[in-house]
Amino acid sequence: MKMALSPKAKTAGLASLLALAMVGLGFAAVPLYNLFCRVTGFGGTTQRFDPVAAAAEPTILKDTMSIRFDANVSPELPWKFYPERPTDTVSVGARDMAIFIAQNNSAQPVVGTASFNVTPIQAGKYFTKIQCFCFTQQRLEPGQQIRMPVLFFVDPKIMDDPDARDIQEITLSYTFHPVDEGKKAS
Amino acid sequence: MTDIAATAPAHGHADHAHDDHDHDTPGFFVRWFMSTNHKDIGTLYLIFAIIAGIVGGGLSGLMRLELAQPGIQYLGTWAQALGGAQDLTAAKHFWNVMITAHGLIMVFFMVMPAMIGGFGNWFVPLMIGAPDMAFPRMNNVSFWLTAVAFVMLMGSLFVPGGSGNGAGTGWTVYAPLSTSGSVGPAVDMAIFSLHLAGAASILGAINFITTIFNMRAPGMTLHKMPLFVWSVLVTAFLLLLALPVLAAAITMLLTDRNFGTAFYDAAGGGDPVLYQHLFWFFGHPEVYIMILPGFGIVSQIISTFSRKPVFGYLGMAYAMVAIGVVGFIVWAHHMFTVGMSVNLKMYFTAATMVIAVPTGIKIFSWIATMWGGSLSFKTPMVWSLGFIFMFTVGGVTGVVLANGGVDTNLHDTYYVVAHFHYVLSLGAVFSLFAGFYYWFPKMSGRMYSEVLGQLHFWVFFIGVNIMFFPQHFLGQQGMPRRYPDYAEAYAYWHYVSSLGYVVMGVGMLFFFVNIIYSLFAGKKAADNPWGEGATTLEWTLSSPPPFHQFNELPRIA
Repeated sequence: MKMALSPKAKTAGLASLLALAMVGLGFAAVPLYNLFCRVTGFGGTTQRFDPVAAAAEPTILKDTMSIRFDANVSPELPWKFYPERPTDTVSVGARDMAIFIAQNNSAQPVVGTASFNVTPIQAGKYFTKIQCFCFTQQRLEPGQQIRMPVLFFVDPKIMDDPDARDIQEITLSYTFHPVDEGKKAS
Repeated sequence: MTDIAATAPAHGHADHAHDDHDHDTPGFFVRWFMSTNHKDIGTLYLIFAIIAGIVGGGLSGLMRLELAQPGIQYLGTWAQALGGAQDLTAAKHFWNVMITAHGLIMVFFMVMPAMIGGFGNWFVPLMIGAPDMAFPRMNNVSFWLTAVAFVMLMGSLFVPGGSGNGAGTGWTVYAPLSTSGSVGPAVDMAIFSLHLAGAASILGAINFITTIFNMRAPGMTLHKMPLFVWSVLVTAFLLLLALPVLAAAITMLLTDRNFGTAFYDAAGGGDPVLYQHLFWFFGHPEVYIMILPGFGIVSQIISTFSRKPVFGYLGMAYAMVAIGVVGFIVWAHHMFTVGMSVNLKMYFTAATMVIAVPTGIKIFSWIATMWGGSLSFKTPMVWSLGFIFMFTVGGVTGVVLANGGVDTNLHDTYYVVAHFHYVLSLGAVFSLFAGFYYWFPKMSGRMYSEVLGQLHFWVFFIGVNIMFFPQHFLGQQGMPRRYPDYAEAYAYWHYVSSLGYVVMGVGMLFFFVNIIYSLFAGKKAADNPWGEGATTLEWTLSSPPPFHQFNELPRIA
């Protein structure tokens, strides 16, 4: 049975739909914002590179870039966490590996996960990781120490970007947080 | 859906010809607590807004008292009076609670209820020749939801909210202060209060849109509607598009606080900056929600007291539409300092400045309306002129702040405080007073006292300028907002600013005396006390209008 709606009901219905759509859009902002950051490197979000799927390896340039490694631990996590070497110099486009060391100082096994970004923030679009310990969670037994690799390169396109012209040094920063079982974004 | 005509015979009111006689008026409780009459609900909203305004304005008085000299003098005593601990942390927390409550009350429980709920309810149906709002019962729900929301917010002052009682998050409720930084039920109550007030406004917006689109009298085309109705229509759309986003954003705050999600928690892969984006996607349209109905009110008044139709009617109407549309794509100028790229800042700077164009159209059209008009400077007119002056000052500092580079220096300083008080506390509030004096004879059936009205204006005008203009200087010297204490260097202008509050407070006394005097001893108002300049439909009715109006719809030629 089809009910004929009065003009008032029609207007009110459409207006309500509009409001509901905006509620939906509000929540959809969470994955959309995530996507936006990953695509544009917004706020220094780094890029990921899959060597199997990629068509071509980047060309290696003569220019070099200094990379600093920064390691932080959330106060709630009883870990020690530091880079093996604080700086490195790489050729733009060339793969490099950095080692970070984490140690669990507590008497319990603890699971941690790392958040990350780079500064200057314009470099996020070009700082590309092939492999990173931050892609997964890390579980450390009491007293256990692990060496964790990051495999990355600086995309040669950075040389063509006028906004990135003055960048000679990129800082890659990690912060380890405890994994709270209930806590997960979206 | 049932409409009123279909259900009326069941109530035994077979004879509708008698509707405009007072014997149809329900008893006191039914009339005021179960009201479905747009004029009564409008009156309720206005009374509510005045009460909330006294609370919110009183809070700012306490803040100006504390800020009158450097050091912390009174906060500890006040915090203890509300059941807080006897230490400096609790005192400082109480400061945060006051700025939060002042902001939320003035935005959600004073300006919005007065503009949209009060004048919107009263005069939108009258101006378009409609018998009532489209959904009278929903109108009642909107009002009582707002009232409950206000009680909820007041209640939050008495429960723990982190380092003391009450929600001390600022009206923006930024994470992580509002999530991990404020333990206790106060912030949950404040958030829930915003949910209720938001739901009430969304229902109200649906009601206005339906009324304006479907219930205009024959001949009242969209392009013949009074500008106040246009302003409420645009505002209703802004409410409909902006408030649901706030609802989503603060719901995620609630789940972050209580259910272990991490939407805004970097440790769980979230981002606190996302909250700022969502909040300001609502927050920027919100400031236009507060000012657009004021534009509408001022347009009616300037035209009435110039005895001329408003200059550039279509331009005025579509300038408001343009402000509404552009208002949705400039939000990040509130957060220039979160670490945006130069290009993004450039976009938001440029887009923000574009808003000065339709706003300028409105200012110049008001001036052009007065040009060559037969002006009379009655109280509503002087308030409207005050509005134009204050809003222009606030608009100019707004263009300064719109620059991403300049804002890096001025962000979160008293310069910003001065700016938004010039456009809102002075702009929006001046238009509210203008509207109040303009329509008081229509609403109450009695004339206000012209002498007291003029005194109210001049004392208030001088007071607020002494209060807020020096805050530009404080901001440029680096005084940050939201602090109860400051270095000796800022003492002079803070003291002047506090004196300004006293002058303003004296001005407000004239207002209250005027209301009481006029309600009991004011002269009886004519149907149209303003003469030939007042051309809108509400002036064709008696003062006050009959309980039910327009049983026979007016025809607009």
